[in-house]
Amino acid sequence: MNPFPATYRRIFLPVAIAAVLVVLAGCKPKSSGTAGTSGHSRTTIQNKGSDTMVNVAQVWAEDYKQLHPNVDVEVSGGGSGVGIAALIKGTIDMANASRDMKPEEKAQAKRNTGKEPREFVVGYDALAVYVHKDNPLTEVTHEQLADIFAEGGKVTKWSEMGVKMPAGQDEIVRVSRQSSSGTYEFFREHVLNKRDFKLGSRDMNGSKEVVELVASTTSAIGYSGLGYNEPGKVKMLKVSPKTGQPAIEPSVATALSKQYPIARPLLVYTLGEPTGEIKNYIDWILTDAGQQIVERSGYVPVRTGTAKP
Amino acid sequence: MQCGPPNAPCGRWGGEKILEALVYLCGFSAIIFVLGIFVFVFKEALPVLTNENFSLSQFLFSSDWYPTSESNKRYGVFAMIAGTVSVTGLAMVIAVPFGLGAAIYLSEFCGQKTRETLKIVIEFLAAVPSVVWGFIGLTVMSKLIVQYTGAPVGVNVLNGGIILALMSVPIIVSISEDALKAVPDSYREAAIALGVTRWQLVWRVLLPAAKQGLLAAVLLGVGRGVGETMAVLMATGHAVHIPHSVLDSVRTLTANIAAELGEAPAGSDHYRVLFLTGVLLFTITFGVNLIADTIVRGIRRK
Repeated sequence: MNPFPATYRRIFLPVAIAAVLVVLAGCKPKSSGTAGTSGHSRTTIQNKGSDTMVNVAQVWAEDYKQLHPNVDVEVSGGGSGVGIAALIKGTIDMANASRDMKPEEKAQAKRNTGKEPREFVVGYDALAVYVHKDNPLTEVTHEQLADIFAEGGKVTKWSEMGVKMPAGQDEIVRVSRQSSSGTYEFFREHVLNKRDFKLGSRDMNGSKEVVELVASTTSAIGYSGLGYNEPGKVKMLKVSPKTGQPAIEPSVATALSKQYPIARPLLVYTLGEPTGEIKNYIDWILTDAGQQIVERSGYVPVRTGTAKP
Repeated sequence: MQCGPPNAPCGRWGGEKILEALVYLCGFSAIIFVLGIFVFVFKEALPVLTNENFSLSQFLFSSDWYPTSESNKRYGVFAMIAGTVSVTGLAMVIAVPFGLGAAIYLSEFCGQKTRETLKIVIEFLAAVPSVVWGFIGLTVMSKLIVQYTGAPVGVNVLNGGIILALMSVPIIVSISEDALKAVPDSYREAAIALGVTRWQLVWRVLLPAAKQGLLAAVLLGVGRGVGETMAVLMATGHAVHIPHSVLDSVRTLTANIAAELGEAPAGSDHYRVLFLTGVLLFTITFGVNLIADTIVRGIRRK
């Protein structure tokens, strides 16, 4: 008779109430980690930003954990812009960036958190221009890159560069980065001279994806960090700073000597002067041990001579 | 104390009341959530509409998307509307015949055992997470497309369309199968008594009778296609470009929001325009649902 027997109800009602309570409890804002407090308790440092730096930051975090088991560094990528946006909101302790923080971003951070962002140079990166391994091109000038990538640039076909590709593959496939990427901003500022990118490029979500797409696409050209080279699958082009000047091969040595034209600093930003565990961590990154990791990851350490493997 | 029918125990009756209130709340929560989401998204987008640097016609009809330009910021999403429409359209062209065909086979032609097996497999297809679909598109499909079509890049409309079709087929199949099953057996018996073939039965009797349900199935598939983000983000190449063929890379509205919202500083024009894109998506799905509703009502009235 009763489609809803009392026994069911007796069980169901408490369960339903409990479920509602659990959901409500889940909505409560979580208290954030006890970042920045030194001492014997466990400390979590939130570190976010540049995809270029995410691998090296991960190794730093792991190696530092071996030395200081009470410090957890949580590393995530997303792009320099994502890291800087999170720093401005005050949700992380350290932002990794492969571009400078803009003045208005610094002002915004100060307005939001009351603290002036502090910048640390933790290494250098040479931005390599990649093409498919079967592409006969070996070098490219600064102007040619701008003609290929910038809005209003004339070059859209490989034949215009004097490169003979198999039939039907003449169209240059431009591989770029999503606009939150520091690599994207750096390339725009230093190679395109602040002009905009030509629309229609394939915008990848990571440094590694750029190299992978170039490796699988014969007619592609893309830019990514030196550390993401995959010899045998892609080829790094020599870059000449100006038409007529000799093209320079991208390498740690040429980036250090400032001969290679598209190299940039790798940066870490904190809110205000770092204290406690965050300070210890950044200090450690700048020691020989931390800088060797930079070099092993394919980037250029901050000091010459101190970080020989 | 008097609480309820004379011979019912008091506690039972109180429980009933609470339960009723809970169920009532659950029923209305959908409306509250939808309104809440719409208000929030619209509130975030609103300030940009009154901004003098922003024009709605440029937003809708220009394909210049330069949200982070240093010299000349332009917010035009036309290329992404074209991207969403092309990928979803292609997906439906593939998924609707397959989905309806599968549903007809399942409900009318196959035996009990085959049906059970097929249904489990099709439901499994629906359980694959969208990021896994995207990964398949990026690694497996893109290689096949380059190999067989000679396209320069394998991540394009075709890739995204096939992946989306695979994702929406399970929805289309299960809803249209239900719709076909809901056609009373008396219709079938009457048709067979008149001596029709099985094919005539499906074409002339069942499909017209189940029209509403089948339309709902297709439109839910469209909704899935318009709203899907992760898989198309990975499989379409993410290029701001109006496609001229199915082998061109595109960017969809959803993928653009997913890729750019994280970096856009809260409160900036870029951030607000992304929310406005959300409002646009909302409007598109609302429009699709409205059209569906009108058609279904029209059918009912006949």
